[in-house]
Amino acid sequence: MIETITQPWPWYVAGALIGLIVPALLLLGNKHFGISSNLRHICAACFPSNIPFFTYDWKKESWNLFFVGGILIGGFLSAQYLGSSEPIQVHPDLAKELASYGVTDFSGLVPVQLFSFESLFTAKGLIMMIGGGFLVGFGTRYAGGCTSGHAIMGLSNLQWPSLVATICFMIGGFIMANFILPYILSL
Amino acid sequence: MENKTVIHSNPVDFEVRSLDAMCINESELKHPWWYNFKYLAVGLVFGVVFVKAEIISWFRIQEMFRLQSFHMYGVIGTAVVVGAISVYLIKKFKVKTIHGEEITFTDKKFNKGQIYGGLMFGFGWAITGACPGPLFAQLGTGVLSISVVILSAIAGTWTYGYLREKLPH
Repeated sequence: MIETITQPWPWYVAGALIGLIVPALLLLGNKHFGISSNLRHICAACFPSNIPFFTYDWKKESWNLFFVGGILIGGFLSAQYLGSSEPIQVHPDLAKELASYGVTDFSGLVPVQLFSFESLFTAKGLIMMIGGGFLVGFGTRYAGGCTSGHAIMGLSNLQWPSLVATICFMIGGFIMANFILPYILSL
Repeated sequence: MENKTVIHSNPVDFEVRSLDAMCINESELKHPWWYNFKYLAVGLVFGVVFVKAEIISWFRIQEMFRLQSFHMYGVIGTAVVVGAISVYLIKKFKVKTIHGEEITFTDKKFNKGQIYGGLMFGFGWAITGACPGPLFAQLGTGVLSISVVILSAIAGTWTYGYLREKLPH
Protein backbone atom coordinates (compact mmCIF):
# COMPACT_ATOMS: atom_id res chain seq x y z
CA MET A 1 0.00 0.00 0.00
CA ILE A 2 2.68 2.48 1.05
CA GLU A 3 4.67 1.29 -1.95
CA THR A 4 1.74 2.15 -4.24
CA ILE A 5 1.38 5.62 -2.75
CA THR A 6 5.04 6.52 -2.96
CA GLN A 7 5.30 5.45 -6.62
CA PRO A 8 4.31 8.09 -9.20
CA TRP A 9 0.54 7.90 -9.70
CA PRO A 10 -0.94 6.96 -13.10
CA TRP A 11 -2.75 9.57 -15.20
CA TYR A 12 -6.24 8.12 -14.75
CA VAL A 13 -6.00 8.30 -10.94
CA ALA A 14 -4.65 11.85 -11.03
CA GLY A 15 -7.12 12.96 -13.70
CA ALA A 16 -10.13 11.56 -11.84
CA LEU A 17 -9.05 13.19 -8.56
CA ILE A 18 -8.52 16.55 -10.23
CA GLY A 19 -11.88 16.24 -11.99
CA LEU A 20 -13.53 15.63 -8.62
CA ILE A 21 -12.22 18.97 -7.34
CA VAL A 22 -14.81 20.63 -9.60
CA PRO A 23 -17.86 19.17 -7.77
CA ALA A 24 -16.05 19.31 -4.41
CA LEU A 25 -15.70 23.10 -4.58
CA LEU A 26 -19.23 23.51 -5.95
CA LEU A 27 -20.73 21.38 -3.19
CA LEU A 28 -18.68 22.93 -0.41
CA GLY A 29 -19.73 26.47 -1.20
CA ASN A 30 -20.66 27.13 -4.84
CA LYS A 31 -17.07 27.93 -5.75
CA HIS A 32 -15.71 27.64 -9.27
CA PHE A 33 -12.39 25.89 -9.71
CA GLY A 34 -9.71 28.40 -10.68
CA ILE A 35 -6.24 29.26 -9.52
CA SER A 36 -4.80 32.13 -11.55
CA SER A 37 -7.33 34.53 -9.99
CA ASN A 38 -5.20 34.27 -6.85
CA LEU A 39 -2.51 36.29 -8.56
CA ARG A 40 -5.09 39.02 -9.07
CA HIS A 41 -6.26 38.80 -5.45
CA ILE A 42 -2.66 39.17 -4.28
CA CYS A 43 -2.32 42.31 -6.44
CA ALA A 44 -5.61 43.63 -5.08
CA ALA A 45 -4.52 42.95 -1.51
CA CYS A 46 -0.96 44.25 -1.76
CA PHE A 47 -0.61 46.73 -4.64
CA PRO A 48 -4.03 47.92 -5.84
CA SER A 49 -2.45 51.28 -6.87
CA ASN A 50 -5.90 52.72 -7.69
CA ILE A 51 -6.11 50.50 -10.76
CA PRO A 52 -9.83 49.73 -11.28
CA PHE A 53 -9.02 46.08 -12.07
CA PHE A 54 -7.57 45.67 -8.58
CA THR A 55 -9.90 47.82 -6.50
CA TYR A 56 -12.45 45.31 -5.34
CA ASP A 57 -13.09 43.56 -2.07
CA TRP A 58 -10.55 40.75 -2.41
CA LYS A 59 -11.49 39.45 1.04
CA LYS A 60 -14.67 38.04 -0.51
CA GLU A 61 -12.41 35.79 -2.58
CA SER A 62 -10.28 34.69 0.34
CA TRP A 63 -11.47 31.09 -0.09
CA ASN A 64 -9.29 31.04 -3.21
CA LEU A 65 -6.22 32.00 -1.20
CA PHE A 66 -6.96 29.24 1.33
CA PHE A 67 -7.28 26.84 -1.60
CA VAL A 68 -3.88 27.79 -2.99
CA GLY A 69 -2.41 27.67 0.51
CA GLY A 70 -3.61 24.07 0.65
CA ILE A 71 -1.83 23.33 -2.62
CA LEU A 72 1.39 24.66 -1.13
CA ILE A 73 1.03 22.54 2.02
CA GLY A 74 0.06 19.50 -0.09
CA GLY A 75 3.25 19.96 -2.10
CA PHE A 76 5.26 20.14 1.09
CA LEU A 77 3.67 17.06 2.67
CA SER A 78 4.01 14.87 -0.40
CA ALA A 79 7.64 15.84 -0.88
CA GLN A 80 8.36 15.13 2.80
CA TYR A 81 6.39 11.96 3.40
CA LEU A 82 5.14 10.48 0.13
CA GLY A 83 8.10 10.96 -2.15
CA SER A 84 9.77 8.30 -4.20
CA SER A 85 13.53 8.47 -4.01
CA GLU A 86 14.02 7.51 -7.63
CA PRO A 87 14.89 10.13 -10.25
CA ILE A 88 12.21 11.31 -12.66
CA GLN A 89 11.74 9.11 -15.72
CA VAL A 90 12.38 11.22 -18.79
CA HIS A 91 11.65 10.26 -22.39
CA PRO A 92 14.97 9.29 -24.04
CA ASP A 93 14.54 11.82 -26.87
CA LEU A 94 13.93 14.62 -24.38
CA ALA A 95 16.85 13.50 -22.20
CA LYS A 96 19.11 13.56 -25.27
CA GLU A 97 17.89 16.98 -26.34
CA LEU A 98 18.29 18.43 -22.85
CA ALA A 99 21.76 16.93 -22.51
CA SER A 100 22.80 18.91 -25.58
CA TYR A 101 21.95 22.08 -23.60
CA GLY A 102 23.82 20.83 -20.55
CA VAL A 103 20.69 19.86 -18.62
CA THR A 104 21.56 16.46 -17.19
CA ASP A 105 20.23 16.52 -13.63
CA PHE A 106 16.84 14.75 -13.51
CA SER A 107 16.81 14.28 -9.75
CA GLY A 108 13.98 16.74 -9.05
CA LEU A 109 10.60 17.57 -10.56
CA VAL A 110 12.09 20.92 -11.51
CA PRO A 111 15.48 20.91 -13.27
CA VAL A 112 17.82 22.52 -10.73
CA GLN A 113 20.24 23.46 -13.50
CA LEU A 114 17.63 25.84 -14.93
CA PHE A 115 15.63 26.98 -11.91
CA SER A 116 17.71 28.17 -8.98
CA PHE A 117 18.70 31.43 -7.35
CA GLU A 118 22.14 31.13 -8.99
CA SER A 119 20.71 30.78 -12.48
CA LEU A 120 19.01 34.16 -12.05
CA PHE A 121 22.45 35.58 -12.83
CA THR A 122 22.53 33.89 -16.24
CA ALA A 123 20.69 35.08 -19.35
CA LYS A 124 18.99 31.70 -19.69
CA GLY A 125 17.81 31.60 -16.08
CA LEU A 126 16.67 35.21 -16.13
CA ILE A 127 14.58 34.72 -19.28
CA MET A 128 13.09 31.46 -18.05
CA MET A 129 12.30 32.44 -14.45
CA ILE A 130 11.43 36.13 -14.78
CA GLY A 131 10.22 36.10 -18.40
CA GLY A 132 8.36 32.81 -18.09
CA GLY A 133 6.70 33.80 -14.82
CA PHE A 134 5.67 37.16 -16.25
CA LEU A 135 4.05 35.51 -19.29
CA VAL A 136 2.16 33.11 -17.02
CA GLY A 137 0.82 35.96 -14.88
CA PHE A 138 0.03 38.33 -17.74
CA GLY A 139 -1.31 35.67 -20.10
CA THR A 140 -3.63 33.92 -17.66
CA ARG A 141 -5.28 37.16 -16.61
CA TYR A 142 -5.54 38.42 -20.21
CA ALA A 143 -7.12 35.09 -21.16
CA GLY A 144 -9.35 35.19 -18.06
CA GLY A 145 -8.11 31.91 -16.61
CA CYS A 146 -5.54 29.17 -16.70
CA THR A 147 -5.54 25.43 -17.11
CA SER A 148 -7.86 24.98 -14.13
CA GLY A 149 -10.31 27.82 -14.82
CA HIS A 150 -10.56 27.38 -18.58
CA ALA A 151 -9.35 23.90 -19.52
CA ILE A 152 -10.95 22.02 -16.62
CA MET A 153 -13.75 24.17 -15.12
CA GLY A 154 -14.66 25.93 -18.38
CA LEU A 155 -14.68 22.79 -20.52
CA SER A 156 -16.56 20.87 -17.81
CA ASN A 157 -19.27 23.53 -18.07
CA LEU A 158 -19.13 23.30 -21.90
CA GLN A 159 -18.06 26.91 -22.41
CA TRP A 160 -16.80 27.45 -25.95
CA PRO A 161 -14.67 30.52 -25.05
CA SER A 162 -12.79 28.20 -22.70
CA LEU A 163 -12.19 25.82 -25.57
CA VAL A 164 -10.73 28.70 -27.60
CA ALA A 165 -8.49 29.61 -24.67
CA THR A 166 -7.39 26.01 -24.12
CA ILE A 167 -6.51 25.57 -27.80
CA CYS A 168 -4.49 28.79 -27.66
CA PHE A 169 -2.66 27.59 -24.52
CA MET A 170 -1.66 24.46 -26.41
CA ILE A 171 -0.67 26.32 -29.61
CA GLY A 172 1.46 28.73 -27.56
CA GLY A 173 3.07 25.84 -25.70
CA PHE A 174 3.84 23.92 -28.88
CA ILE A 175 5.41 26.97 -30.53
CA MET A 176 7.49 27.81 -27.47
CA ALA A 177 8.67 24.28 -26.63
CA ASN A 178 9.57 23.29 -30.18
CA PHE A 179 10.69 26.49 -31.90
CA ILE A 180 11.71 29.13 -29.33
CA LEU A 181 12.77 27.32 -26.15
CA PRO A 182 15.65 25.50 -27.92
CA TYR A 183 17.23 28.91 -28.60
CA ILE A 184 16.73 30.03 -25.00
CA LEU A 185 18.20 26.78 -23.68
CA SER A 186 21.24 27.19 -25.94
CA LEU A 187 22.11 30.56 -24.40
CA MET B 1 -31.95 27.44 6.83
CA GLU B 2 -32.68 31.08 6.22
CA ASN B 3 -32.59 32.03 2.59
CA LYS B 4 -31.68 35.66 2.17
CA THR B 5 -32.52 37.44 -1.04
CA VAL B 6 -29.80 40.09 -0.69
CA ILE B 7 -27.38 38.82 -3.25
CA HIS B 8 -24.76 41.48 -3.87
CA SER B 9 -24.58 44.07 -1.17
CA ASN B 10 -22.20 46.19 -3.21
CA PRO B 11 -22.99 46.00 -6.94
CA VAL B 12 -19.98 48.09 -7.97
CA ASP B 13 -17.62 45.77 -6.18
CA PHE B 14 -19.25 42.76 -7.79
CA GLU B 15 -18.95 44.39 -11.19
CA VAL B 16 -15.19 44.86 -10.84
CA ARG B 17 -14.54 41.46 -9.32
CA SER B 18 -16.45 39.70 -12.04
CA LEU B 19 -14.07 40.97 -14.73
CA ASP B 20 -12.54 37.75 -15.97
CA ALA B 21 -12.63 36.28 -12.49
CA MET B 22 -13.33 32.62 -12.08
CA CYS B 23 -14.97 32.90 -8.73
CA ILE B 24 -17.63 35.51 -8.28
CA ASN B 25 -20.25 33.30 -6.76
CA GLU B 26 -20.80 35.16 -3.58
CA SER B 27 -22.14 33.25 -0.65
CA GLU B 28 -25.37 34.59 0.72
CA LEU B 29 -24.62 33.06 4.06
CA LYS B 30 -22.18 34.58 6.47
CA HIS B 31 -19.72 32.04 7.75
CA PRO B 32 -16.89 32.53 10.21
CA TRP B 33 -13.55 32.92 8.44
CA TRP B 34 -12.33 29.49 9.51
CA TYR B 35 -14.96 27.87 7.30
CA ASN B 36 -12.42 28.60 4.57
CA PHE B 37 -10.32 25.74 5.89
CA LYS B 38 -12.53 23.37 3.90
CA TYR B 39 -11.05 24.89 0.76
CA LEU B 40 -7.59 24.51 2.22
CA ALA B 41 -8.31 20.81 2.66
CA VAL B 42 -9.36 20.45 -0.99
CA GLY B 43 -6.26 22.37 -2.04
CA LEU B 44 -4.12 20.05 0.05
CA VAL B 45 -5.43 16.99 -1.79
CA PHE B 46 -4.87 18.81 -5.07
CA GLY B 47 -1.27 19.63 -4.10
CA VAL B 48 -0.56 15.98 -3.25
CA VAL B 49 -1.98 14.84 -6.62
CA PHE B 50 0.11 17.48 -8.40
CA VAL B 51 3.30 16.11 -6.90
CA LYS B 52 2.48 12.41 -6.93
CA ALA B 53 1.36 12.37 -10.58
CA GLU B 54 4.35 14.57 -11.52
CA ILE B 55 2.02 17.17 -13.02
CA ILE B 56 4.28 19.85 -11.57
CA SER B 57 7.28 18.32 -13.32
CA TRP B 58 8.92 20.56 -15.88
CA PHE B 59 9.91 17.40 -17.75
CA ARG B 60 6.31 16.13 -18.08
CA ILE B 61 5.25 19.47 -19.57
CA GLN B 62 8.12 19.42 -22.07
CA GLU B 63 7.13 15.88 -23.09
CA MET B 64 3.53 17.00 -23.51
CA PHE B 65 4.45 19.81 -25.90
CA ARG B 66 6.80 17.51 -27.83
CA LEU B 67 4.17 14.73 -28.07
CA GLN B 68 6.57 12.37 -26.31
CA SER B 69 4.19 11.31 -23.58
CA PHE B 70 0.48 10.72 -23.18
CA HIS B 71 0.59 11.39 -19.43
CA MET B 72 -0.55 15.04 -19.29
CA TYR B 73 -3.18 14.53 -22.00
CA GLY B 74 -4.53 11.62 -19.97
CA VAL B 75 -4.62 13.68 -16.78
CA ILE B 76 -6.34 16.73 -18.30
CA GLY B 77 -8.67 14.60 -20.45
CA THR B 78 -9.82 12.47 -17.52
CA ALA B 79 -10.25 15.56 -15.34
CA VAL B 80 -12.47 17.22 -17.96
CA VAL B 81 -14.62 14.10 -18.40
CA VAL B 82 -15.07 13.64 -14.63
CA GLY B 83 -15.68 17.39 -14.18
CA ALA B 84 -18.20 17.52 -17.03
CA ILE B 85 -20.17 14.54 -15.73
CA SER B 86 -20.22 16.14 -12.26
CA VAL B 87 -21.44 19.50 -13.58
CA TYR B 88 -24.08 17.74 -15.67
CA LEU B 89 -25.35 15.80 -12.64
CA ILE B 90 -25.35 18.89 -10.41
CA LYS B 91 -27.39 20.80 -12.99
CA LYS B 92 -29.74 17.93 -13.75
CA PHE B 93 -30.61 17.16 -10.14
CA LYS B 94 -30.30 20.80 -9.00
CA VAL B 95 -27.93 19.69 -6.26
CA LYS B 96 -27.39 22.25 -3.50
CA THR B 97 -24.26 23.00 -1.50
CA ILE B 98 -23.70 21.40 1.91
CA HIS B 99 -25.08 24.64 3.39
CA GLY B 100 -28.24 24.39 1.29
CA GLU B 101 -27.35 27.14 -1.16
CA GLU B 102 -28.10 26.92 -4.84
CA ILE B 103 -25.18 26.07 -7.11
CA THR B 104 -24.90 28.60 -9.92
CA PHE B 105 -23.00 28.76 -13.20
CA THR B 106 -22.11 31.79 -15.26
CA ASP B 107 -21.44 31.64 -18.97
CA LYS B 108 -18.08 32.90 -20.11
CA LYS B 109 -18.08 35.65 -22.70
CA PHE B 110 -15.72 35.45 -25.62
CA ASN B 111 -13.14 38.17 -26.08
CA LYS B 112 -9.88 38.40 -28.00
CA GLY B 113 -7.98 38.14 -24.74
CA GLN B 114 -8.66 34.43 -24.75
CA ILE B 115 -6.61 34.22 -27.95
CA TYR B 116 -3.79 36.70 -27.23
CA GLY B 117 -3.60 35.95 -23.53
CA GLY B 118 -3.99 32.25 -24.20
CA LEU B 119 -1.00 32.24 -26.53
CA MET B 120 1.07 34.25 -24.03
CA PHE B 121 0.20 31.87 -21.22
CA GLY B 122 1.06 28.95 -23.52
CA PHE B 123 4.53 30.46 -24.04
CA GLY B 124 4.98 30.90 -20.30
CA TRP B 125 3.67 27.42 -19.56
CA ALA B 126 6.22 25.80 -21.86
CA ILE B 127 9.08 27.91 -20.42
CA THR B 128 8.33 27.49 -16.71
CA GLY B 129 6.78 24.03 -17.11
CA ALA B 130 4.05 25.15 -14.75
CA CYS B 131 0.69 26.82 -14.65
CA PRO B 132 -0.20 28.93 -11.60
CA GLY B 133 -1.33 25.97 -9.44
CA PRO B 134 1.80 23.87 -9.96
CA LEU B 135 3.97 26.91 -9.23
CA PHE B 136 2.64 26.95 -5.66
CA ALA B 137 3.04 23.18 -5.35
CA GLN B 138 6.62 23.39 -6.64
CA LEU B 139 7.38 26.00 -4.01
CA GLY B 140 5.80 23.71 -1.42
CA THR B 141 8.06 20.82 -2.36
CA GLY B 142 10.98 22.99 -1.36
CA VAL B 143 12.19 24.52 -4.63
CA LEU B 144 12.47 27.95 -3.04
CA SER B 145 13.70 29.67 -6.21
CA ILE B 146 10.20 29.22 -7.67
CA SER B 147 9.17 32.09 -5.39
CA VAL B 148 10.91 34.34 -7.93
CA VAL B 149 8.77 32.88 -10.73
CA ILE B 150 5.62 33.43 -8.65
CA LEU B 151 6.60 37.04 -7.89
CA SER B 152 7.19 37.59 -11.58
CA ALA B 153 3.77 36.09 -12.36
CA ILE B 154 2.19 38.49 -9.84
CA ALA B 155 4.05 41.32 -11.58
CA GLY B 156 2.68 40.05 -14.90
CA THR B 157 -0.87 40.08 -13.58
CA TRP B 158 -0.37 43.57 -12.16
CA THR B 159 1.00 44.81 -15.49
CA TYR B 160 -2.03 43.36 -17.25
CA GLY B 161 -4.31 45.22 -14.84
CA TYR B 162 -2.35 48.42 -15.47
CA LEU B 163 -2.53 48.12 -19.27
CA ARG B 164 -5.98 46.54 -19.44
CA GLU B 165 -7.81 49.50 -20.96
CA LYS B 166 -5.24 49.83 -23.74
CA LEU B 167 -5.21 46.15 -24.74
CA PRO B 168 -7.46 44.68 -27.44
CA HIS B 169 -10.27 42.60 -25.97
